[in-house]
Amino acid sequence: MPAVKGDGMRGLAVFISDIRNCKSKEAELKRINKELANIRSKFKGDKTLDGYQKKKYVCKLLFIFLLGNDIDFGHMEAVNLLSSNKYTEKQIGYLFISVLIEQQSDLMKLIVQGIRNDLTSRNPVHVNLALQCISNMGSREMVEAFCTDLPKLLVSGETIDFVKQSAALCILKLFRNSPDSFQPGDYASRIVHLLNDSHMGVVTSAASLIEALSKKWPEEYKGAVPLAISRLSRIVTATYTDLQDYTYYFVPAPWLCVKLLRLLQNYPPPDDPSNKARLLECLEGILNKAQDAPKSKKVQHSNAKNAVLFEAIALIIHMDSEPQLLVRACNQLGTFLSHRETNLRYLALESMCLLATSEFSHDAVKKHQDTIINSLKTERDVSVRQRAVDLLYAMCDRSNANQIVAEMLAYLETADYSIREEMVLKVAILAEKYATDYTWYVDVILKLIRIAGDYVSEEVWYRVIQIVVNREDVQGYAAKTVFEALQRPACHENMVKVGGYILGEFGNFIAGDERSTAKIQFELLHSKFHLCSITTRCLLLTTYIKFCNLFPEIKPLVQQVFQTDHNLRNPDAELQQRSIEYLQMTKLASNDVLATILEVMPAFAEKESSLLAKLKKSKPQLEEIEREEKEKRSKPTAVMSEGSTSLVDFDSTNDTTASLADVFANNSGTGLGAQGDEVEIANKDDYLKFVTKSNAILWEDDYIQIGCKLETRNNLGRLGMFYGNKTSQPFNKFTPIITCPGALAVQLQAQAKPVEPVVAAGTQVQQLINFVCVQEFQKMPIMNIKFTFTDRAGAVQNFDKNFYLPLFISKFFEPTNMTSEQFFTRWKSLGAASQEAQKIFNALSPIEHATIESRLKGFGANLLTDVDPNPDNYVCAGIIHTQTQQIGTLIRLEPNKQAKMYRLTIRSSKDTVVQTLVDLLGNQF
Amino acid sequence: MMQYMLLFSRQGKLRLQKWYTAYPDKQKKKICRELITQILARKPKMCAFLEYKDLKVVYKRYASLYFCCAIEQNDNELITLEVIHRYVELLDKYFGSVCELDIIFNFEKAYFILDEFLLAGEIQETSKKQVLKAIAAQDLIQEEETPQGFFEDHGLG
Repeated sequence: MPAVKGDGMRGLAVFISDIRNCKSKEAELKRINKELANIRSKFKGDKTLDGYQKKKYVCKLLFIFLLGNDIDFGHMEAVNLLSSNKYTEKQIGYLFISVLIEQQSDLMKLIVQGIRNDLTSRNPVHVNLALQCISNMGSREMVEAFCTDLPKLLVSGETIDFVKQSAALCILKLFRNSPDSFQPGDYASRIVHLLNDSHMGVVTSAASLIEALSKKWPEEYKGAVPLAISRLSRIVTATYTDLQDYTYYFVPAPWLCVKLLRLLQNYPPPDDPSNKARLLECLEGILNKAQDAPKSKKVQHSNAKNAVLFEAIALIIHMDSEPQLLVRACNQLGTFLSHRETNLRYLALESMCLLATSEFSHDAVKKHQDTIINSLKTERDVSVRQRAVDLLYAMCDRSNANQIVAEMLAYLETADYSIREEMVLKVAILAEKYATDYTWYVDVILKLIRIAGDYVSEEVWYRVIQIVVNREDVQGYAAKTVFEALQRPACHENMVKVGGYILGEFGNFIAGDERSTAKIQFELLHSKFHLCSITTRCLLLTTYIKFCNLFPEIKPLVQQVFQTDHNLRNPDAELQQRSIEYLQMTKLASNDVLATILEVMPAFAEKESSLLAKLKKSKPQLEEIEREEKEKRSKPTAVMSEGSTSLVDFDSTNDTTASLADVFANNSGTGLGAQGDEVEIANKDDYLKFVTKSNAILWEDDYIQIGCKLETRNNLGRLGMFYGNKTSQPFNKFTPIITCPGALAVQLQAQAKPVEPVVAAGTQVQQLINFVCVQEFQKMPIMNIKFTFTDRAGAVQNFDKNFYLPLFISKFFEPTNMTSEQFFTRWKSLGAASQEAQKIFNALSPIEHATIESRLKGFGANLLTDVDPNPDNYVCAGIIHTQTQQIGTLIRLEPNKQAKMYRLTIRSSKDTVVQTLVDLLGNQF
Repeated sequence: MMQYMLLFSRQGKLRLQKWYTAYPDKQKKKICRELITQILARKPKMCAFLEYKDLKVVYKRYASLYFCCAIEQNDNELITLEVIHRYVELLDKYFGSVCELDIIFNFEKAYFILDEFLLAGEIQETSKKQVLKAIAAQDLIQEEETPQGFFEDHGLG
């Protein structure tokens, strides 16, 4: 048993050593249970335990917990230790609490009380213990109890340094857990000035805090920029002896440097020329030092030095304004690409990914292409190879696409299973994006299927078919190539799918060749039929029926296939149905009818490539998405595309692509539907006025006036539409059609009464539409109104416009009354982050009590008075009624007259509605 | 910001865990299990970083102990390696050439030292001297507070 440091608890050491001597898991468990029984009896016994004993038992419990056992008692005793006046007892109490007690514990009130006592202690080590406990837990109660006192403690001149350090990080913890409990302006300038503190430890802690605060309130904390620059400059130019203990292996204050460089990445490059010059000097200084001979052979020296270097490069990339520095950074990283340290190679590849997206350094990155391809081939560590793949993907452009795609394909044959699927996606995307010749694209995808067929997801093979269908020039080539690919003895099922589809559509292009006549094509495909899954067989049946149209001469062969028992009587309903129906079609339909039904598929609608959507989904990190975004800005989109035929359309919304499977109607659900928002909406700038009122004019022009009147009760709504003809001629073929786009169709049911197709001159007709709110929804129903009319010149005109109907989820509010106490109890119980949404926005109109009040009332919830302790604030409560549930919702609006801003917070029992409500109401003041 | 730090042995036994973000117990156990298996399977020359969920994991082995930290996407990997190293130096200085047993028997001290060094997932004091001074002060208080009689404590207490 090793010596216990600092005269610790002997009983504990004995217990630990007993546990270690246990020969089996069972023996260990037995020993633990014995100890637990002992401790329990001590805690329950009549004999009062003294502080030392309590501390020892609590510590034993903690040890047992850390071994992986559950502890269901002793919490109270631990909390009691906080009120001991002995430091070591407190310390163990706090340790137990921060390791073992959950944030929602009933004991939290007592804990907060204990912390409060220690915070006001005159003994700074006690204060520090309390602060450490807050930073370890940061529960909601702690935020409420300490969010005002701690900033005072931090900036007070009387606070000693190590307490300041803890206080800064303590505030940071509370701020992260509940950013809204802090006010931006409070102490901003004094906190910022901690960057000037003479104690480096204080500066280091404060830098972390300021980094976080400035992200939320860049304006209030912008004073940190010049201070951070000057601090940085002092460190960079210091010799390693200047900073004494803050120099780490000959590198002056590396942690602080990294922190300051991070902080500066929250801001654009400084405007002030002298600051900017100073910052550039620092960055150059750091780049220069990277070339100096190392002052020590220790890895710690080079790690610390390079940590600063990489952070400096991150700042250079963030600024994206200094071409010369970007290129230098790139060259520096280039030398790391072949460094013997694996860590550096990894990080260099990672950083270069970002450099590749900057227009200034994209070319500099390309100079290292061979080295990067080499790391893909020779690197032994799969995570490093993964970085190389990412970088190749990021640096790919029209000029090097051929080579990069070829290298990635070659690597794919031996790539680790863990990264294959992602690589397949990336190759497919690059091939499509930079294809200058679609035969190349088809070749690449077929090769992908051949060498990594199992990893080719549906999206990939859907996509190649879409492209072939949409591009006439490649159809013949595609037919020929898939035919050849299918002739190979081993052929992946995905190849059969692609082959089946393409030959079914375009097999006629190659049927003239005697090596690939209709019969040969059919027999080739059918030789694979029995090896394939049901889905693929279904697809092949469609190919066969298409063949009947393309090549009437093989119809008897096809009919035979449909007729076989294992198709016609297949237990799989889909397969059976297709066989029966297709068979009947070949028998009953005339050739003309068949030709119409089985015509070549029309071109697919262009949307975002489903591949990109899939890639984003598999890499949910924000960074990746941002990278894509950046790429979008800095590089041309699909090169081959002329105008509207663009195949990779980066600018369209995130809809998933119309699934090809729909063509065969075996994948229900994903359709071409959900296009509601792609139509032009005539009143899209104006419809939000209905958020706070129920009756208003929806649209008015020279010919027509459309008015709306909405009444709601519970989850039912009745919308009266008034169509007024302002002309002296009747409207003919008057047809209003209401649609609920996408998911809305399920969420909101709409039923419109029919209207007469003629609206006589100068009259008004009314139409009633009934709505049922089934569940919460985000979008608005759209009404399309079409009619013909005669304009003043006597010409017949068409009117065809779409309008958002003013139906928002907030219309189904029922106002509820609450007292202040009820309100805040509810408010607190809706504390989960997902249950709250918030928006801080500038006032659109002057902040006037009467206006705000009438708008909030119009929103639907009940405006409560005498609830918020601050009379300037507004709070509302209401229940949203849907058919499936009732959603309690609380609203708080805090105007700030000086800043001419509002803060709107909405909490609701249903996380899906809070954002919608904030978006709606956030535009109204 | 660092999300958590784990210390475990070559045999896969968890020796210390520090969580800077609140995770449910079940998830903590899952994370530990997965990371320990993943890291123990890696070969010595491999790089010290790996991706885990949406975090970056930085680890380093010292004798029989692995030190492993999970940091966020924007955090600096190399400086985190040196956070680990500085913590090891602190333990080493305090225990006098630290070994796994020291951490097992004095786990509470290991926590106290960590709290003086890192707080809320951020570094609070980088100076070795300052941290050790704080810990020495704690030990001094402990000595003053512990009456002699308690050394007769008998194991099961």
